[in-house]
Amino acid sequence: MERVDRKLGVLSALPLLALLAVSFLAPLMVIAIFSVMPQKVFSLLNVPDFSSFRVIVEQGYYRSLLWSLGMAAVATVLLFLICWPLAFGMAKVFRRFSLVLTVAVVMSLFVSENIRLFGWVLTLMKGGLIEGHLRAWTGVGFDSPLYNVPIIVFGLVYVYLPFMLFPLAQGISMIPDDARQAAADLGASRARILFEIDLPLAAPGIVVGSLLTFVLAAGAVAESKILGGQAVIVIADDVETAFTFGQNWPLGSALSVLLILIIGGLAVFGVSRVDLDAIMGRRK
Amino acid sequence: MSSDAILRLRRLVKKFGAFTALHGIDLDIAEGEFLTIVGPSGSGKSTLIRLLVGMEEVTEGTIELRGRRIEQTPANERPTCMVFQSLALFPHMTVGQNIEFPLKIRGVSPADRRRRAMELLDMLRLPQDYYGKGVAQCSGGERQRVALARALAFDPEILFFDEPLSALDYRLRKTLEKELKDLHARTGKTFVYITHSLEEAMVMSDRIAIMRDGRFEQIAIADEIYSRPVSRFVAEFMGEVNLFDVTGAENGGLISADGALYVNGNASGMGVQLAAGEAATLMVRPEFMRFLPPGETADFVASGIFHGEYELGSRIQYEVNTASGYTLTIEKLREDRFSGTPGEKVTLGFDAEAAHLIREARDGAR
Repeated sequence: MERVDRKLGVLSALPLLALLAVSFLAPLMVIAIFSVMPQKVFSLLNVPDFSSFRVIVEQGYYRSLLWSLGMAAVATVLLFLICWPLAFGMAKVFRRFSLVLTVAVVMSLFVSENIRLFGWVLTLMKGGLIEGHLRAWTGVGFDSPLYNVPIIVFGLVYVYLPFMLFPLAQGISMIPDDARQAAADLGASRARILFEIDLPLAAPGIVVGSLLTFVLAAGAVAESKILGGQAVIVIADDVETAFTFGQNWPLGSALSVLLILIIGGLAVFGVSRVDLDAIMGRRK
Repeated sequence: MSSDAILRLRRLVKKFGAFTALHGIDLDIAEGEFLTIVGPSGSGKSTLIRLLVGMEEVTEGTIELRGRRIEQTPANERPTCMVFQSLALFPHMTVGQNIEFPLKIRGVSPADRRRRAMELLDMLRLPQDYYGKGVAQCSGGERQRVALARALAFDPEILFFDEPLSALDYRLRKTLEKELKDLHARTGKTFVYITHSLEEAMVMSDRIAIMRDGRFEQIAIADEIYSRPVSRFVAEFMGEVNLFDVTGAENGGLISADGALYVNGNASGMGVQLAAGEAATLMVRPEFMRFLPPGETADFVASGIFHGEYELGSRIQYEVNTASGYTLTIEKLREDRFSGTPGEKVTLGFDAEAAHLIREARDGAR
C-alpha cells in the first residue's frame, strides 16, 4: 500500500514538476547554451566555439563585472556596519519602537526604486534641493556629488538596506540573552562578547542578509544609471546592451552565466556554512 | 563570623520603578561556607543574586568583597561567577570550548587551557572525549556538569547558583545535590545557592537563609530553622507543621486561644515564658504528634475526627479535623502505622520538649 501511495504522490506531482522545469529551468538552459554559441547568432543549432568568453576577456567586459562585484561587496560591508547597531536595537532594545522602524523601512519599499532614486537626483543635483537652497541663501554652491562611484555605492546602500536589516535583526534575536550575560559574568568585555558570542550566534542572519544584499547589488543597474550617470558600466548594463543594441545574444548570455556562477557559488558556500533552519524558526 | 566574612551586604535596596524588590538586606557570608537562600517565587532571591554578580544595578546600599566595595563594579570585572538556571551554555561551542571560555578571555595559552579543561572534566566525572562534543548532544545532567566546570574554570571567589537543578528529574537532582555538596567540600570555595526547594537547601547547605517579600526572615543552620522557626511563615515554609494560637496564662503556663488544645500542667518544658495575655503560636511538627490510646495523656492534648491517611513512602501521613476548625497533620514511620477509620474520634497529644513557641512581633514592624 505504502509503495502505491508513494507512486501516486510522484504521479500527481508530475504536472507541476513539468511546469516548473519548463518555466524555471528551460530559460536558464537556453541562456547556458547560447553562452557557448558563436558571436551574434540567433539559433541554438550552431557549433559551440566559446568565443563569447574570449570576447569578454579581450574587449574588457570583465571590467564591468569587477565593478559590479566590487561595488556590491563595498555596499554589503557598509550595510552590515550600518545595520548591525540598528538591528541589535530592534531585536534587543527598542521594544515598541522597532515596530515604528519596521513600518518606516517597509513603507519605503512601496515606492518604486527608480522614483526614489530620481528623488535623490533632484535632491543632490547642482541647483537641486540642497545645493540650490544653499546657493540662494549664501551665494556659495558646491559641486554635485552625483555621477560618480561613491554615489552609486550610496544608492546601493540606500536601496538594499531592508534586505540587510531584517535578516540581521532576525539573526540577532536568536542570540540568547543569558549567553551574553554568562559571557560577561565569566569576564568577557563588550568587545569580546561581540566577537565570541554575538557574531557567531547571529551568523545565519548575517549570511542571509549579506547574500541578499550582495546578490541584489551585484545585479543592480538603476543606481549606476540614474545616480551614477553611467560613470561606470555595471554588468547588468552590459548584459542588457548585448541583448538589445548589440544584438549579440551569445555575449549577453555568457556575461549572465558568469554572474550566475559567481553569485551562485557564493550563495552555496555561504548557506553551507550556517544553520539556516534556525533562522526559519526551528527550535532545537 | 563577621571577621572572616568574604561578602558583606549592608542595607541593600533594589527598586524596579515603584516596586521595591529588596528592602535593605544585611548579610555576611563566611569564607568557604555553603549558604542557601530559600524563598517562594517573587521573594526577591533571584534579584539578590543578580545584584551580587553585577547583572542588576544596586539602588542603595553596599556590597563588600573582602573589604572592597564592589557594588559599582561591572559583572565582567567581579571575581564572582554564577551558574544560571538555564545554564546559559554557549550553543555554538563544544564542551571543551565552553569550559575554556573564561580562560581564553583571560589570555591563558591553548595548551594550559586544554589541560585545565581536562582536569575539570575529570573532577566533574565527565569522560575526556566529551571535550570535542557539542553541548546540544549532552544530556541534562551532563550539561549541568559542563556549566559547573565552566564556572570552576573561572576560579571565582564566590560561586553563585540560580536554581540550576530545578529543570531536572527527581533522581538526577538528588545525585547532583550530593555531588555539589561534595564538590563544595573538595574545592573549599564559597557557594551561594538559591532555590525554592527546601529539601535541596537542607541536603546541601551549611546555613539557610529564608527570604520573603524582599527581606530575610531567618538565617540559621537547617536544624534550627526546622525546629525553632522565628515566624509562622518560616514554620510553614519548612514543611508540614501544626500551629495553634495560644496566650500566656496567669500562672506562667499557656492557654489555648480557641480551645483547640487542652494544656496539662503549666507546660514549663518550653523554656520560654509568655507574659499573661501575650499572644503567640505553638508549633509542633507532625512527627512529634502521636495518637493517644485511652488512659494515656501528654503535655498538650487535642481531639478530633480521623480524616484519612496518605502514603509518603518511608512515612505515612494522617489528617485529623478538630471541632474548632484545625486540620492537624501527624506523621508516623511505617512500622508505627496507625489504623484508623475515617470518621472515628481520636485523641492526639505531644510533649512540651517537642513543641516550639513562636513569638512574632504583631505590630507590623517587619
